[in-house]
Amino acid sequence: MRYLLMMRATGFTEAGMNPGGTYKEAVKAYRQSLAKAGVLLAAEELRPSSAGIRVVYLSGGDAPEVRPGPFPIEQGLIAGITLIDVDTEEEALNWALRMPIPSGQGSCGIELRRLEDRAVHPRDPRQTAMEAELKDYLQL
Amino acid sequence: MSVSQTHRTIDTIWRMESPKLIAGLTRMVRDVGLAEDLAQDALVIALDRWPSSGIPDKPGAWLMTTAKRRALDLLRRNKLRDQKYVEIAREIDLYTEDDIDRALDGEIEDDLLRLIFMTCHPVLSQDARVALTLRLLCGLTTDEIARSFLIAESTVAQRIVRAKRTLNMEKVPFEVPAGKELGERLSTVLEVIYLMFNEGYSATSGQSWTRPLLCQEALRLGRVLAAIAPGEPEAHGLVALMEIQSSRLKTRINAQGEPILLMDQNRALWDQLLIRRGLAALERAQRLGRTLGPYALQASITACHAVARTPSDTDWIRIAALYEALLRQTPSPIVELNRAVAIGMAFGPAYGLQLVEELNKEPSLQGYHLLPSVRGDLLEKLGRLEEASAEFERAAAMTRNVQEQALLFRRAAECKQEGERT
Repeated sequence: MRYLLMMRATGFTEAGMNPGGTYKEAVKAYRQSLAKAGVLLAAEELRPSSAGIRVVYLSGGDAPEVRPGPFPIEQGLIAGITLIDVDTEEEALNWALRMPIPSGQGSCGIELRRLEDRAVHPRDPRQTAMEAELKDYLQL
Repeated sequence: MSVSQTHRTIDTIWRMESPKLIAGLTRMVRDVGLAEDLAQDALVIALDRWPSSGIPDKPGAWLMTTAKRRALDLLRRNKLRDQKYVEIAREIDLYTEDDIDRALDGEIEDDLLRLIFMTCHPVLSQDARVALTLRLLCGLTTDEIARSFLIAESTVAQRIVRAKRTLNMEKVPFEVPAGKELGERLSTVLEVIYLMFNEGYSATSGQSWTRPLLCQEALRLGRVLAAIAPGEPEAHGLVALMEIQSSRLKTRINAQGEPILLMDQNRALWDQLLIRRGLAALERAQRLGRTLGPYALQASITACHAVARTPSDTDWIRIAALYEALLRQTPSPIVELNRAVAIGMAFGPAYGLQLVEELNKEPSLQGYHLLPSVRGDLLEKLGRLEEASAEFERAAAMTRNVQEQALLFRRAAECKQEGERT
């Protein structure tokens, strides 16, 4: 199952403050251990929301409003994402709890969201092949 | 030879030799991940030396000796378990060029077989089995695998890392299963190989060179498997199936990349060598004297088309009989429908329709758009055009595949027009 670990933005990240070398080292080591465990699918940092744009539909059919950032921090902004593929929710939570946090920069947090599963039922190649034959006959 | 030429040659050598290297090293170090690392180390050394020293006469043996030395160094440094150390030390001492030849030709085959059973082990997910097998037994890079399946390279890489960890954690042994387990495990291996093949064969999207690559690799692996497990009829059956299907690879798509129906293909362009090889493999499966399994049966069906010079020469009665046998072994709605089509072709659409009417009551087929599609086709052949048109429309409403939907609506409209004219 895939989980998206979203690191919440803080005033510091929004202001583009350098989180410091120790933190960066910790993040690097954390990602290495994710990769070594074979669970890492993606890990990215986001630029502050001043580099973001919102497309807002105030009411259904109307033309959207396009608004550039920065946006209010209390609206739950995101500073970074880590996408992992694990076997259990517990495993995902453990990885989230191990995620390094910049020290001395006030409250911050991580939100875990499970992604919808892609249809990954095991495929039977023989059935697939025979279905292809059938479609061929039917000119589909 | 220029440096780039040498590198290309090394690439080819790597493709051919790396599975044997990894298999032999896994037997020694009992860790497939470590074995791959050691083989890679040997490759790096070769890439460094061969451009200046020239490629050795027996590159496989050279790589193996180098990798074993690396293994020995590593074990010495890490002071791993004494037993491993002793085993490898003994092997290295015994190694002469002749021994390596023998190992590469004969005994290594057992190692290769063990490796296939390991990478296709049921503790791994189906996707992981495919990725790991392509990596370790076909020598494909993660990039090539990713492109073949249209997924991100990081996904493939991580899938492989996890698969290796799982094999270690579950202590999956490096051995060929015996007795009753062999049959079950073999079918998993065959499934992985055919899945690879089919992925390459059936896909119309994707890069033009990666898709055939999957077919080629699956066929190569299948041939290896049949050669090292010659007593398994289904291994030959699978090879036969893939050889014969491959014979049509070039004729099944036109210059615009659109698929050409089996009955419309230029049969003169089918690859006769591959067909002969396929028929020979089928013959080997039959000579083992056991009831044909699903792969051999499916190969026999494919062979019926391959030996028919024109579509009208097709032996539909035999095909219907083969589908009947297949149905008994692996009952499935898709086989049922294929059988109905074959019976319709063999004995007339009315008989096919009779079967389809029975299938109409089958709960597992409710909502499956190919059922009304087949029914519509048979009704059309019987001249019951209005009913046929309604069936095609019903089928179109059931599928979410836009392209298929359009084709079904077209067939519905054609039936309606034809019906109004008469």
